[in-house]
Amino acid sequence: MELRRTPLYPMHLKYDGNMIDFGGWELPVEYKATGILAEHHQVRRKAGLFDVSHMGEVDIRGEQAGAFVQELVTNDISTLKENQVCYSPMCYPDGGCVDDLLVYKHSRDHYFLVINAANTDKDFAWMQEHKIPGVTLENVSSRYAELALQGPLAEGILQSICDTDLKEINYYWFRPGVKVAGIDCLISRTGYTGEDGFELFTSPDKACDLWEAILEAGKGAVLPIGLGARDTLRFEAKMPLYGHELDKGITPLEARLDRFVRLDKPSFIGKEALARQKEKGPERLLVEFEMTERGIPRAHYEVQKNGQNIGWVTSGGYAPTLGKNLGLALVKSEFAKPGEEIDIIIRNKPVKARTGQGLFYRRPK
Amino acid sequence: MEIKANLYYSDDHEWVRVEGDLAYIGITDYAQHHLGDIVFVELPEIGGEFAAGDTIGVIESVKAVADMHTPVSGTITAVNEALEEAPETLNKDPYGQHIAVLKMSNPDELKKLMTGEQYTAYCEQAEE
Repeated sequence: MELRRTPLYPMHLKYDGNMIDFGGWELPVEYKATGILAEHHQVRRKAGLFDVSHMGEVDIRGEQAGAFVQELVTNDISTLKENQVCYSPMCYPDGGCVDDLLVYKHSRDHYFLVINAANTDKDFAWMQEHKIPGVTLENVSSRYAELALQGPLAEGILQSICDTDLKEINYYWFRPGVKVAGIDCLISRTGYTGEDGFELFTSPDKACDLWEAILEAGKGAVLPIGLGARDTLRFEAKMPLYGHELDKGITPLEARLDRFVRLDKPSFIGKEALARQKEKGPERLLVEFEMTERGIPRAHYEVQKNGQNIGWVTSGGYAPTLGKNLGLALVKSEFAKPGEEIDIIIRNKPVKARTGQGLFYRRPK
Repeated sequence: MEIKANLYYSDDHEWVRVEGDLAYIGITDYAQHHLGDIVFVELPEIGGEFAAGDTIGVIESVKAVADMHTPVSGTITAVNEALEEAPETLNKDPYGQHIAVLKMSNPDELKKLMTGEQYTAYCEQAEE
């Protein structure tokens, strides 16, 4: 199958990206001059620029737009203000996840949803299936390029070429119609790295100009970053990834995303199942762990306790900033507490690890 | 990408340097480049006996897990233990850092391996 290319494809060639097939998209896993580790540190210490144009976007409009989104997602969007963003899982009636997404509220009759690339078609079909009168839905994914500028120096770099005071855009807020190097953008203070930063949506034909303008404005402080470091950064900051911590067969409560599941809402898809699970207590829960013997835990590795299977690793690897081999595992609830000695089965051999809390990266305030 | 003339090379991008009946085994510049940042090395045990093509260890980069094979049969006489603490030296100096040393049981196997020139052509083909 022909791989899809984002509007920034020419930039990946120009900056010598190591291109891979990422869920049907031809995207850089890393840039040849840097590599994943250097790119990871670049974002934690300075700033990095990502192409995330493969992400899907859906426009929801109409008198009932708010009611529709409220029914679709587990978080409560009724208190969301104009130009505010919120994160939410979107569930099936059994409580499993269709996807996790960001809801942008433009106005009471216009919401903008940002969804995972690989789930775009599935999500859009799901939304259409549950559409109510007074709502129009449009898959606008091909109408936007999305860039992410992340890291402690992101704000300063962007501010130098931007017509809006970025201090006015707080964490999980956005503003449309901002000019960056003269290019019209929607900017939100969001990201997937555990650092401060912004995500910028713009027209595909302006994407390369915007990319170049940001690299030029941040010369010496910003570098292009590939998907490899995007994953190590999100993992090290313990941010969930659909298909790993969340999935069709994993509920947001099992993934310990309780604060995004508002069972006090009158109704939403999956509420009954999730309310039952909350009451009983989930049989499995996500837990952090650190390797205490030599070995790198990887997604799907089996987790054992005293020789018995208790679950699997959802994400794992070397955490570059912390310099530790860490993992997240979905295990039987009785073992999902700090201080448990567990075994990760690496190449058919048990390797010791210990569960914990607060093992992951938190940006210094 | 660097390829040394005086080494033997395998299809799996391992190199062999011969000193008497000892074979020093490592991974090529091509291999380290394709793996990316190496963060973990699992070494074989000294005294272990292996046939050509057997897995003798594992190399893990940030993004990938790769088996390390021996291109020749023999018994492990030494390993490069420093790699356990500093796996990233495989990225910096792939030909200067052997992974293990084998006492060869069948040196004729070397004839099946590639020369530097052949390996250069092999890598060029793999890149196409």
